[in-house]
Amino acid sequence: MKHRGVLALVGVTGALALLVSLSAATAGGASKAAGSRTAAAAVKPPKVAGAAALKKKFGGQKITFIGDNAVGSSHKRDLLLVARFQKDTGIKVKLVPHPAASDAAYSQLARNFSSRSSSIDVMMLDVVWPGAFAPYLVDLKPYLGALAKKHAAGIIQNDTVNGKLIAMPWFGDFGILYYRTDLLRKYGYSGPPKTWAQLGAMAKKIQDGERKDNSNFYGFVYQGNAYEGLTCDALEWIASSGGGNFIDNGKVTINNAKAAAILNTVRGWVGKITPRGVTSYQEEDARNAFDAGNAAFMRNWPYAYAASKGTPVDGKFNVTVLPHGAGGQSVGTVGGWQLGVSKFSKHRGAAVAFVKYLTSPAVEKFDAIYNSNVPTIPAVARIKAVVKANPYLKPEIANVTRVTRPSRYLKTKYNQGSQLIYQAINQIENGSNAKSVLPSLSRRLQRLVG
Amino acid sequence: MVRRRRGSALQRRQTILAWIFLLPALAVVGFVAFYPLGKTVYYSFTDQQFLAGLQPTKWVGLDNYFGKTGIIHDADFRHSIWVTVEFTLITVSIEFVLGMIIALVVNSNFKGRGVMRGVMLVPWAIPTVVAAQMWKWMYDDVFGVINDAGVRRLHLLHHSVAWISQPSTALGSVCAVDIWKTTPFVALLLLAGLQVIPNELYEAARVDGASALQQFWRITLPLLRPAILVALIFRTLDALRVFDIFNVFFGNRTDTQTMAIYDQNTIVSIGDVGYGSAISVAIFLIIGLFVVIYAIAVRVDEG
Repeated sequence: MKHRGVLALVGVTGALALLVSLSAATAGGASKAAGSRTAAAAVKPPKVAGAAALKKKFGGQKITFIGDNAVGSSHKRDLLLVARFQKDTGIKVKLVPHPAASDAAYSQLARNFSSRSSSIDVMMLDVVWPGAFAPYLVDLKPYLGALAKKHAAGIIQNDTVNGKLIAMPWFGDFGILYYRTDLLRKYGYSGPPKTWAQLGAMAKKIQDGERKDNSNFYGFVYQGNAYEGLTCDALEWIASSGGGNFIDNGKVTINNAKAAAILNTVRGWVGKITPRGVTSYQEEDARNAFDAGNAAFMRNWPYAYAASKGTPVDGKFNVTVLPHGAGGQSVGTVGGWQLGVSKFSKHRGAAVAFVKYLTSPAVEKFDAIYNSNVPTIPAVARIKAVVKANPYLKPEIANVTRVTRPSRYLKTKYNQGSQLIYQAINQIENGSNAKSVLPSLSRRLQRLVG
Repeated sequence: MVRRRRGSALQRRQTILAWIFLLPALAVVGFVAFYPLGKTVYYSFTDQQFLAGLQPTKWVGLDNYFGKTGIIHDADFRHSIWVTVEFTLITVSIEFVLGMIIALVVNSNFKGRGVMRGVMLVPWAIPTVVAAQMWKWMYDDVFGVINDAGVRRLHLLHHSVAWISQPSTALGSVCAVDIWKTTPFVALLLLAGLQVIPNELYEAARVDGASALQQFWRITLPLLRPAILVALIFRTLDALRVFDIFNVFFGNRTDTQTMAIYDQNTIVSIGDVGYGSAISVAIFLIIGLFVVIYAIAVRVDEG
């Protein structure tokens, strides 16, 4: 009798725990799903060129694709493209989203490559990874050399290691400023801020005013967590203030007065014009705050443009280049993703065909309209429908100076270097003086560069 | 003389038989415990990289431990040890006190005792990562329920606190979650210990006129000692290798890195398997130290 009671209790406890974890999971899902509805949902994935021949050759084969995480509508886009490709060619594609933080995605691939596993055929590669992963990737030049010529030369160069084209550009990225047009008008501003100082002042004024109705309102949100995204944001602050790009011409340049000044300005923002918790924000945390109408300004990637459709701020915001420091010019950190084929893949032909489809002009056009990603094919970026869907492709924004993270100098040690950078910047955000943090960061980076 | 030899022959046969029976178990233990351990120790003497094949692995001797960039000069690792030990001391001591109180309560006779025993296990039954993510949202400075309750409903706080982001409250908030989650486990272990104490002892004590407090100090606590030690050992070893809550809460932040986070980061994110293995060995030794301390405590207890 007693035992049965205990068993029943264990059951009840387990059920309760399950309920709690389920409700937690749905809460997370709800916050992610908000705003992934796209105005351009009507666009359909394009047909696969030469599908009949592919079906004859590779039909029935099964490949695994490590695709985008569930940020914005990216995962949905992957699902649509995969479904279309499967239908047309008969090649089965297993879609596995990569972890949201790109450093976590990196280690997932590193683990796979170091065990020489054939379980991944095609994978997304961050723009800073080719140097590290080149030995494990198929040279695509013999297969896709002609298609590669259509893509922007700079990115093809980034993806070419020792003369081998180890990845194909899929979509580009650069940091832009999102701002609330309605609030700027309400507080008497004729346009977005040109300098970081202006951004600080405007954010403060708008925040003070909006607080009366909304105690959760903040002036500015960005990616402040100790992760790869912070390296990107920090590069923009520093480079746009004339403080260099962390490493220039093989020499570590981060320890300079201009860099220290802008980083200490950022330190002053935290908790004043940003939520105090911004130091643990990633892309989606910033977007959730902005889309809920709780922020006047946001630094983010272009994907957030389409992702913000259908949210409370739909139609009330616009995008422009990021502000700059005194005596500097606006910049945007280069991001973006490539597609590579693993050397250990057992279905190389099918995998290459899949990459060919995804990096074709037709799919890039679809992706740009459906998901507001930056096309890596210049001709696609000029198509009227694409520019209309993506205001950031207007020349005055798209031609902003691009800055790159120091993967060229750090090579296989890039992850380690970036980690040193974002951990140091995170310390500054959390209250340390940049003047005392930068010298040691500089020393540690120099040790990596050698 | 003859008998002794025959006896030892029988003994020897039995010994061999015993070894044969033990062999499968030993093989499994050797494969899952000693092989990886040995491999880790071996790697710690090399400069092995995660992405093998880019550069040949070199034997570097004790460089990872005592070299110029070795563990003994690694301020980040030293800091992570301190964070971990601090976390362990805070959580284990509070969990023990609370667990003891809960165990004593649910051990006494009252209506609904069975239900209580089940309900108290709920936090422990939730997967740690799920619980940590839930708490992370509750702690949020913008939409978190804790700040909402503190600032707007109860007026205990002057303004929203970023519990996790702020270095001064970060460790405290993570300790609170661990205490919330693991106290039931400690209570359960202590409850099991309480239930084997024979009731006659208390009856005899009552006849002799011992007060409740005297009963607790003279009967409960001494007889509970084995259970207490088991609970403390379990919790301390668990706390020293804590990873999940810190990973969800802080990611790669340096000021709140535990030993396990730092090690995982070194091996997986940075890809420095050699140095990371050296850190693993160091963690092994540190945890070993705590085991030895407890083992001595147990021995003293038994002696």
